[in-house]
Amino acid sequence: MKTVLFFTIGILFGIILYMSEVASWFRIYEMFQFDSFHMYGVIGTAVFLGVIIVFIIKKFKIKSILDSAPIAIPNKEKGWKRYLFGGIIFGSGWAISGACPGPMFSLLGAGFLPILIVIVSATLGTFFYGFIQHKLPH
Amino acid sequence: MIQFLTQPWPWYFGGFMISIILFLLLWTGKSFGMSSNLRTLCSMMGAGKKVSFFDFDWKAQRWNLIVALGVVLGGFIASNYIVSTKSMDLSKNTVDQLLAMGIQDAGKSFAPEILFSNDAFTNPYVLLLLILGGFLVGFGARYSGGCTSGHAISGLSNIQLPSLIAVFGFFAGGLLINHFILPLLLKTLAI
Repeated sequence: MKTVLFFTIGILFGIILYMSEVASWFRIYEMFQFDSFHMYGVIGTAVFLGVIIVFIIKKFKIKSILDSAPIAIPNKEKGWKRYLFGGIIFGSGWAISGACPGPMFSLLGAGFLPILIVIVSATLGTFFYGFIQHKLPH
Repeated sequence: MIQFLTQPWPWYFGGFMISIILFLLLWTGKSFGMSSNLRTLCSMMGAGKKVSFFDFDWKAQRWNLIVALGVVLGGFIASNYIVSTKSMDLSKNTVDQLLAMGIQDAGKSFAPEILFSNDAFTNPYVLLLLILGGFLVGFGARYSGGCTSGHAISGLSNIQLPSLIAVFGFFAGGLLINHFILPLLLKTLAI
């Protein structure tokens, strides 16, 4: 039952990423060129509505549909180094591959098979982070 | 209605639908973040034996892998059964610039042929680009603790300063590469 629920949410998300074109390399290029409002509009709308959603969940202490526990939305750890440095590295990769982790999976389903190379390589990048984590400023 | 849904979605509808995904995942008591799946994959393949960062109960993250599998199917469904056009309404400036750099299908296909057609598998230079891009995304996402969904959508929705710093980083890195490095990489590719 839970599996069906999460799988369905995933299918919907995969469709959204494709249909709103945020999974397109071209849209990412265009975004970094400031040539179109499209990507800023998508992310901006999602965040604007997201702020309202999170506010309502906290204000009315809405419970989870799965275990009836109040929904907890944890805060991110304080600090700035890991966020700034990690963010710059992530953004650099985003500008080259034109895909962040969500869209990678949607592109794979859409039949752009070379994205498999990106997914495998991103997994290796994740492994490498775990490997040298303690040597990095956080 | 059908016509609206089968055309590329306008930004306000795409953004609205992403916020629905955020809500659904929060409502199930989970969180919205796709890049943590890559960490789970490492753990699944046994990386936890060597590196403590991957030594956790990956089965507790199974739900997110299922979401990712769904995303793959969603991409398949959208591209094969929903979308009714191949063309994209890209800005003229972007199309012209890419054309000048040897990318000829901007606005005509969903992803550049030169990077994402099966020819990429036999072009060592393209392979190198894909490997480099992917590696930086995977490394940077875990270093910063999240990606576009984890920081830009979830984190900013929860008004987290760390996420704002991360998103600032995403754009600092992305702008730098897009404006100064990518043109060189693409021009070399076109030769």
